[in-house]
Amino acid sequence: MGARVRADWQYRTSFFLFLISQTLIASLDLAVIATIFSQVDELGGWSGAEVALLFGLAGVGFGLADLFVSQVELASRHIKEGTFDLFLLRPMPTLLHLSASEFALRRLGRVIQPLVVLVVALVVAPIDWSLEVVVLVPVTVLSGTVIFGSVWVVTSAVAFWTVESQELGNAFTYGGGLAAQYPIDVLGSWLRRLFTFLVPLAFVAYLPAAVMLGRPHPLGLPSAIGWATPVVALACAVTARATWALAVRHYRSTGS
Amino acid sequence: MRLYIEVARRTYARMSTYRSATLAGIFTNTVFGFVLAYVLLAVYRERADVGGFTATDAVTFTFVAQGLLMAVGLFGGTDIADRITTGDVIVDLQRPFDHQSWWAAVDYGKAAYYLPFRGVPPFVAGAIVFDLQIPGAARLGAFLVSVTLAVAVAFGWRYLLQLSAFWLLDVRGSNQLGWLVAQFLCGAFVPIVFFPAWLEHLCRILPFASMLQVPVEVWLGRHQGFDLLATWTWQALWAVVLLGLGRLVMARAVRRVVVQGG
Repeated sequence: MGARVRADWQYRTSFFLFLISQTLIASLDLAVIATIFSQVDELGGWSGAEVALLFGLAGVGFGLADLFVSQVELASRHIKEGTFDLFLLRPMPTLLHLSASEFALRRLGRVIQPLVVLVVALVVAPIDWSLEVVVLVPVTVLSGTVIFGSVWVVTSAVAFWTVESQELGNAFTYGGGLAAQYPIDVLGSWLRRLFTFLVPLAFVAYLPAAVMLGRPHPLGLPSAIGWATPVVALACAVTARATWALAVRHYRSTGS
Repeated sequence: MRLYIEVARRTYARMSTYRSATLAGIFTNTVFGFVLAYVLLAVYRERADVGGFTATDAVTFTFVAQGLLMAVGLFGGTDIADRITTGDVIVDLQRPFDHQSWWAAVDYGKAAYYLPFRGVPPFVAGAIVFDLQIPGAARLGAFLVSVTLAVAVAFGWRYLLQLSAFWLLDVRGSNQLGWLVAQFLCGAFVPIVFFPAWLEHLCRILPFASMLQVPVEVWLGRHQGFDLLATWTWQALWAVVLLGLGRLVMARAVRRVVVQGG
């Protein structure tokens, strides 16, 4: 990992341009939200500050997962080129090895910007402050990282069967990252169910944010559900690990 | 000319072999389309009209735009720059064809494949759930003309961005930055009529609206008669300007080129 950081540092102009563009990518989603709130005061009953809270929680979780885990999507390239064999030969877990070898510090840009928004939103949004909420913020962000990371691992594991998986994965990773920024009740019913139960992205921001803001749940779930996030994250991590292990066992080199 | 048509045809044939990638891409565009459409619909629950767009206009816009993203080539890619970084470009420059026209032909080949195969399915999926506007034959023709021009404008932008490889060895940063600006300002996420009036106006003057917003507006029937001609002309003008700039930069780059590798 240290070697990767030093390597990036050799091309400084490119590194900074990339860092800026990564920060801008995150800002782009914020620009979309800002554009929408320049036209209306509320979206699905949520104010701008409240949606900013969702954006911050989801964005930091997504950014951290992007920084530490998203490299696994390169598995499909390694499988195609037959270089995945190298990962199996080394005395290190394949998942850890893959994310370390493709680590790119420039993706830090994806964390910084939502973090700023999160801090501002925590100050501005009408939060019911209590000790509970103070604990819930970091727990939510870390669980969000685990949930997004698991989605990345599972969608990348599909490459072991189909060889090509990145595009399909994008729907769940980037698409999920986008959907998690909005109050989930604006989505249609099938999409809402998809993002609550199949890919549990509602737990990344929406459900914990509802607890922080003291809002009732339109899905008719008890409000303690906001606290289920770490449990869901753990379940995701276990599923992701198992899927990856299964996938690696299925692996057959393309040879060459 | 025959050579370039052949290049486009070959590109088309090459694209059509990646079936599973196409299917996966359709799924991704569809999911994005639905998320954005629902968000916009939530806006229309608060008010009936934004910048002259009704709810039906906005939802139709979303699905047509998702279908056009790949055809117009709004995600960039670094194929041209890669050949500059590796030094292979020198071989291309010695060949008896025009560098810019070659790559333009590649982009038109891709567009010809992506428009039906990546464009239609997300729209159909959207039309099953939502009430979308479907234009008649004449308007569809006008739309296709506008898309053809949009491909040229987007290619002009893409070519310029990639030529930065002559100066920067790693173009991914500048490339990504260039596309981000273009994607946002061309209406790929929200229609530019949602922007503040000054910004919307700026997008229309700059080449960005010509890449996506304008063709979709033609689909929606917002440009007709003389206005349609003016719209096409503005798109064509930007295509010519950007392609001309590309030639200029290329000529400069060639004079100072130091090829990598031995």
